[in-house]
Amino acid sequence: MSTFRTCDITGFKVDNTTEKLFRLNAVFAVVSLLIAALGAILLVFTRWQDFHVLSSPWYYRIIGLHGVNALVFWIVFFEIAGLYFGSTVVLNSRFCAPKLGWLSFILMATGFILTDVMILSGNADVTMTSYVPLKAHPLYYLGIILFAVGALIGVGLFFGNIALAKKEGKVGKTLPLFTYALMAAAIIAVLTLLSGALVYVPTFLWSLGLVESIDPAWYRLVWWGFGHSAQQINVCAMVGIWYLSVRLVLGGSSINEKVSRVAFLFYILFISIASAHHLLVDPAVSSTWKVWNTSYAMYLAVLASMIHAFAVPSSMEAAQRRLGHNKGLFDWLIKLPWGNPAFSSITLAIIGFGFIGGITGVIYGMEQTNIIVHNTLAIVGHFKGTVVIGTTLTFMGITYYLVPLMFRRKIVAFKLAKIQPWMFFFGIALLAIGMIALGMFGIPRRHYDIAFTGGPFTYDFNLVSGFIWVLFGLGGVLSFLSMLIWILIVVVSVFFGPRVNGPQDMQLAIAAPLGEERTPHKRKYEAPGTLVLTIIFLVTFLVFYFLNWKWLAAIWEIQ
Amino acid sequence: MSLEAPPSGWIHKKIARDEKGWIIAATVVCIAMFFWMILWHVYGKQNPSSVTYYTTPEEFTTLTNSFIEQNQIGEDNGIPVVMPKPESDVFLLAQMWRWSSVIVLKKDEWYKFHISSKDVMHGFSVQPINMNFMVFPNYDYVLDFKPNKTGEYMVVCNEFCGIGHHLMIGKIVVIEDESELANYGY
Ligand code: HEM
Ligand SMILES: [Cu+2]
Repeated sequence: MSTFRTCDITGFKVDNTTEKLFRLNAVFAVVSLLIAALGAILLVFTRWQDFHVLSSPWYYRIIGLHGVNALVFWIVFFEIAGLYFGSTVVLNSRFCAPKLGWLSFILMATGFILTDVMILSGNADVTMTSYVPLKAHPLYYLGIILFAVGALIGVGLFFGNIALAKKEGKVGKTLPLFTYALMAAAIIAVLTLLSGALVYVPTFLWSLGLVESIDPAWYRLVWWGFGHSAQQINVCAMVGIWYLSVRLVLGGSSINEKVSRVAFLFYILFISIASAHHLLVDPAVSSTWKVWNTSYAMYLAVLASMIHAFAVPSSMEAAQRRLGHNKGLFDWLIKLPWGNPAFSSITLAIIGFGFIGGITGVIYGMEQTNIIVHNTLAIVGHFKGTVVIGTTLTFMGITYYLVPLMFRRKIVAFKLAKIQPWMFFFGIALLAIGMIALGMFGIPRRHYDIAFTGGPFTYDFNLVSGFIWVLFGLGGVLSFLSMLIWILIVVVSVFFGPRVNGPQDMQLAIAAPLGEERTPHKRKYEAPGTLVLTIIFLVTFLVFYFLNWKWLAAIWEIQ
Repeated sequence: MSLEAPPSGWIHKKIARDEKGWIIAATVVCIAMFFWMILWHVYGKQNPSSVTYYTTPEEFTTLTNSFIEQNQIGEDNGIPVVMPKPESDVFLLAQMWRWSSVIVLKKDEWYKFHISSKDVMHGFSVQPINMNFMVFPNYDYVLDFKPNKTGEYMVVCNEFCGIGHHLMIGKIVVIEDESELANYGY
């Protein structure tokens, strides 16, 4: 039978198994992130060819190591921890099948170690995407498969936990918005992991010699059904945390939950087909197929993100106005608790995700404009905006709450924690904008030597790019340092930090829910400040949109 | 509420005027972008083609070799230089880690490129115009190009293709008149 402790800070009942599995998954997430960060700094000082620290085989190896550990292990370990948290603690409910929870963790941990050993021993120099017919050692594919099966079990346990909570009457008809968002993430995760199985199992058999060949076009199609959909799990989890943090910090919620919930539904319905945007300049698929799918059936998933782009800031604005910060358009914005590192992380994540990741994502994902960016560094710049500033900074931020609540430890070096999110934001922003600019000069991603030393010809990329490499390097160093600081703070807090013995030890505020407004307001505009901000966003988007189409129109004619 | 179930009646709450306005504006932009891509196929001049044939590395190598034989005008660093006629078929084979030929094209003329790979995936990336397409083994990707400016263009491989990926660079030269060939040493 499960045992609980009752949290003396939030009043939630915390299941014992959940707590243990949560802690283990979270620790492995941080270890993966550390590996990714160490890889990252080597990549920065190799791409910036004034340093060129790695040899070419090691550069390509570390590209794989960094990609897999950051994009797959760090994020999925963290998400599994989050799914357990959201399906038990938040509902005051218990963990449905502890043994399966352990099995899931053991499979994931084994897969993680196996994959990394294969990469570092030089048996999988195929980068994260491992496009066939490049071939890795069978144990590399097996590692990924074990990890994915473990994760799939974890996702199954999330559904099990919710069903159990329903059965035991812990939740009413409607889930809390945070858990609802995780539900959307979990549904997409099932589709994602099934695509993963569909592509990795035959590839594993092929590497063993049991299957004769794998069609490269088929591989790319199904691999991205896995690789891209995985990013949509992140988006759902991340936006769920955004709403959660508004609740924790200000006590507020979406000004219209119906709207927010419909937006998540759009994600579930339309998001997986968008993996087509990875195939826009591929042979083997037609323009009709590309246009329909890359646009998520007329951009319905983009619309969902645009809806959240209003709904999340407006939930802050509405809460702040009710708390008395009601002057003018932006008083609420200035008076937000910027010194709370969880809150600043999340707000900066929203800005970076929208302005860097979102704008470039939509434009680069259009059929024709993709021609001028495909496989250049601009693509890496784009997803540094989405998955690094967006997802990673969000996860890093919410950890400042999870350490005292789930590990019962105070955050050490709290002053440093306050500046860490800002460092990370400016670091990655500089890195990403640098990459986007370099990509516009045509500089390829995953490329060891853009001077082509030893090749039949040489080439000098635009000279201006010399200056941009400096920005790229500075951004890389800044974000690397900030990530190390975060890892140190978290690890030292968790293992050596002073214990949290009650609400008096909480360094971050937890607001009481504002609840329903007693006197429904007569105002027609609930969030005028947010409206101005979103209009600024839209204008920025349109400017960049037209610039890209102008650049496209200048190249050769193509039919 | 994010941590609590929403207050009763949440489903009937009216959408605020500013939120509604934003959603309408966003919907219009989304639908416009969708039709934009279709209209670019009609009025725009840069569209990826939908023409692909199955092939095999052996067949495509044969096609490339006979294309080179018929059109070769010289050699550049050990790589054959070819000058196909305008409107004709051009075969370009990618392999670890070279492009099969240096190609001389005429400005403002159409060429029908066939691009395929002998081994793994490669990326066909033309610089400095920054035009990028994927190259697969077993698929012949047919792309019609019409260069709009004379000069020397580099063909970079921008899909990771193994340990020598960064050595893979080729060339396309665009001229207006045969007299310019001498400028490039052909
Ligand atoms: C300390 C912060 C980070 C820095 C400085 C950094 C830097 C870099 C650099 C220099 C590259 C190589 C680009 C190339 O040569 O093609 C890269 C690739 C990449 N990064 Fe990061 N990164 C950081 C954090 C992250 C995080 C947190 C994630 C994911 C959650 C991430 C995901 C990726 C992915 C998926 C790639 C592409 C790998 C590939 O091409 O296979 N990075 N990063
Ligand atoms: Cu290559």
